[in-house]
Amino acid sequence: MNPQNSGRRRDPSLRSGFFTRFRLSWAIWFLVAVHAIVVLAGFIAPYSFETQEREHPYAPPTRLHFVDCSGKFHFRPFVYVTKTAANALDEYQQDCSQPAGIEFFPKGDRYTILGMFSSTRHLFGAQAPANLFLMGTDGYGRDQFSRLLYGGQVSLFAGFVAAAFSALTGLLLGGIAGMYGGRVDDVAMRFAEIFITIPWFYLLIAVRAFLPLQISPVTAFLLVVSVIGIVGWSRPARLVRGVILSARERNFVLAARGFGASNAYLLRRHLMPLTFRVLLTQMAVLIPQFILAEVILSFLGLGIGEPFPSWGNMLAQAQQYHVLVSYWWMLLPGLAPVPVFLAYHSLAETLQERIKSNI
Amino acid sequence: MRLRRSLLLCAAAFLPLLAGTQAIAQEDLLHTTSEPGIRGGRLVIAQRSEPRTFNPVVAVDQNAHGVNARLYADLIHINRATQKTEPALAKSWTVSRDGTQFTLKLRRGLRFSDGQPFDADDVLFSFKVYLDEQVHSPQRDLLLISGKPFKVEKLDAYTVRFIFPLPYAPAERVFDDVAILPRHLLEKHYQAGKIGQDWTLNTPPAQIAGLGAFRLKQVIPGDRIVLERNPYYWKIDAKGQRLPYLDELTFVVVPTQDAQVIRFEAGDSQIISGLSADNYAALEPEQKARHFKLYDAGPGLEYNFLMFNLNDDLEGRLPEIARKQKWFRDIRFRQAISAAIDRAGIVRLVYRNRAAALATHVSPGNKAWFNSGIPIPVRSLPHARELLKAAGFSWTADNTLIDSTGHPVEFSIVVSSSNAQRNQIATLVQADLKAIGIAAHVVPVEGRSASDRVLNTYDYEAVVMGLVSGDADPTPDMNVLISNGQTHLWHMGEKTPATPWEAELDQLMAKQLGTMNYQQRKKIYDRVQEILAQQLPMIYLASPNILVGAQENLGNFHPAIIEQYTFWNADELFWHPPAGK
Repeated sequence: MNPQNSGRRRDPSLRSGFFTRFRLSWAIWFLVAVHAIVVLAGFIAPYSFETQEREHPYAPPTRLHFVDCSGKFHFRPFVYVTKTAANALDEYQQDCSQPAGIEFFPKGDRYTILGMFSSTRHLFGAQAPANLFLMGTDGYGRDQFSRLLYGGQVSLFAGFVAAAFSALTGLLLGGIAGMYGGRVDDVAMRFAEIFITIPWFYLLIAVRAFLPLQISPVTAFLLVVSVIGIVGWSRPARLVRGVILSARERNFVLAARGFGASNAYLLRRHLMPLTFRVLLTQMAVLIPQFILAEVILSFLGLGIGEPFPSWGNMLAQAQQYHVLVSYWWMLLPGLAPVPVFLAYHSLAETLQERIKSNI
Repeated sequence: MRLRRSLLLCAAAFLPLLAGTQAIAQEDLLHTTSEPGIRGGRLVIAQRSEPRTFNPVVAVDQNAHGVNARLYADLIHINRATQKTEPALAKSWTVSRDGTQFTLKLRRGLRFSDGQPFDADDVLFSFKVYLDEQVHSPQRDLLLISGKPFKVEKLDAYTVRFIFPLPYAPAERVFDDVAILPRHLLEKHYQAGKIGQDWTLNTPPAQIAGLGAFRLKQVIPGDRIVLERNPYYWKIDAKGQRLPYLDELTFVVVPTQDAQVIRFEAGDSQIISGLSADNYAALEPEQKARHFKLYDAGPGLEYNFLMFNLNDDLEGRLPEIARKQKWFRDIRFRQAISAAIDRAGIVRLVYRNRAAALATHVSPGNKAWFNSGIPIPVRSLPHARELLKAAGFSWTADNTLIDSTGHPVEFSIVVSSSNAQRNQIATLVQADLKAIGIAAHVVPVEGRSASDRVLNTYDYEAVVMGLVSGDADPTPDMNVLISNGQTHLWHMGEKTPATPWEAELDQLMAKQLGTMNYQQRKKIYDRVQEILAQQLPMIYLASPNILVGAQENLGNFHPAIIEQYTFWNADELFWHPPAGK
């Protein structure tokens, strides 16, 4: 339905179609790119997330060179082998006598993509014995860049799964409440209000504390993520209920009912599809919220356990005074969620505008 | 007339001084050999939390010990720098030939901080209180010899005799930190059965008195505790000045180490102890600019270890753990784990080389008792694999270790989430064990939950934790090492030794307790360490160095490896005047 042809006045807050389309495509392409990079983390990252280079704790980002120590220019970028200074743990010196070129598709740690493809070829790396730490290393000598990419798998996946849980539960319960109304609606909505008041943070701490020790860190994390998602169903449910309440009185629904359509049929065929855009917008709002929840949980030590990285547990190391004052690159994981959140918010806002313009 | 008036004024001015000199002459004071200092000034010390009580009879927390050791004094004291005993309220003592009787001569003419005199009756009263079962003093356990209390007799107003049920080698050290109580203030409360509730943080400072270098001046709950110098303190320096030099000692509450570092750096507190190696490294470049000095006192008495759950009777309640105990009880499995762990890596990465790798619970910092003949285990994956193979383990194609029934070897390592260093150790151990095909899951849990699992519920598979010996002497380790010890951590509640080597440990520990000759005692304790290094009920990892700091103009600052590391000699600390004055 085109708003210009509908005869209704357009909301003055709505931006021009070009701007909206640009923002939408930018957000979508950016998110697709980020998710693709994160899925392909094993291939793009030069190291595994758990590889410890114990001779290189807290190494600063490796400097890429085009000009060598004697002032000669090279077209192919290279790095120098670094060594720790005598009697120092984290003071590194470049060895000008040992340059090492940047290689494409070198062999390295084994990785698996989406549980299907396994390989040892990486996109790039430095010739041995040099290391390529694009974002430095942590206290165990693990490459921060590689961990950031792998950490994205955990953080983005957590956000997506939790939002999907919320949206599906909200669709089901909100749909039933809106369709049947009356006591069913009352019970479902009071139930939703109870869930809104639950202090989810303390609930998560309790859930985490009661999990048996034998559960693997990944399983424990998935359980915590599911709890986040389940607790967050009430807002999407209220929205879905609102859409269904208004839609069930519309002519085409009444006509279908007149032809003998059952409630289940009406919900499935006519009403649920109307909630699609609302849910999509909700997903775009909820995903960054749940990514942030994961980051906070991991920051407090309640997220995924070692050695698995997430943006939150990588940032958690910056809580320590010495890390904060001495190793600036340890703060970089804190920047990673920012463009992702911006893109999701852009997407949500654009979708919201489109819904408004179609009303 | 004017001359007479001046003479009178002079006499009036000198009278208190003369009276003071006479008082000093009557008192049996202890002459210190430390550098004579300058009186005045205030020292601020940051503590993690405030003490729960000022009552030394019931105090259990470390913060209370820190404050109380300044308020009260003991009969014989352990010098934290030399780790040897030295006279305190007891001027001298003699030991009977059979080593069961200690006769202590007390200092004469001493006064409590409220001005009341001290004598043998205060000593008798104090030990009566500590040994009274109804009082539930945590000190009581330390005063029992083989489960029996010793007797205390008064020979005269300044002589007391302690009669031990058995010859007791560390008898002199038993008196350290056992505060002598003022009978005149506490006897009524004791008779009323209320001594345990006395001297709380709400008690008015004037109602608390001791023989320590300081007395209580002010308490601001949750914020600070201010102590002032005790004018009746019983130590003087080479120049005849009565100690302590400082006018005030203030304990402020700063809950985290990072916050303590920031306060110290800003000059809000003037000494800092228990620094992590990371914070030490972060503070090091600031020393000159901020006028403080950092000290590395070397390995302390703390030992960190990995321990498996060897408790009995878990089959019904915790079947999964009971199943895995078949691995844990196999000495070859424990030795393989020990061989796979990179202790040098732990020392380097966790402690920045400011720690010592360990083979047993005795660190090289404990010079009197360390067995240097036991080699520190070096990481050897081939040796670890050999041991595992000999124990019936094998590997799948993807390098997963499986036991003889085909179960993959996988266990969790519990660690206190609030201890960053132990979390790092657990993560390094996890990576080390992966190299021999073992999947270890690090499970950080809240500190109290971790100790509850180890001490009470036994709901853990392996744990990384640490203990700190209270003294260099082997005696405090009795509770951990003997099979019926209260903190026999790897197998709690063991009534009789479960294994021959534990039986030998029991015998050796009992024997060393009654051996008065140091050389013979050392030989026995060397054997104890050999057994522990072979049997590995705990896989000893590292002992961190004691890292502390103080303002550079703090005099007589001698950090020690026994608690309290920095202000154990608070009575001798003084401020050097600023340069140029």
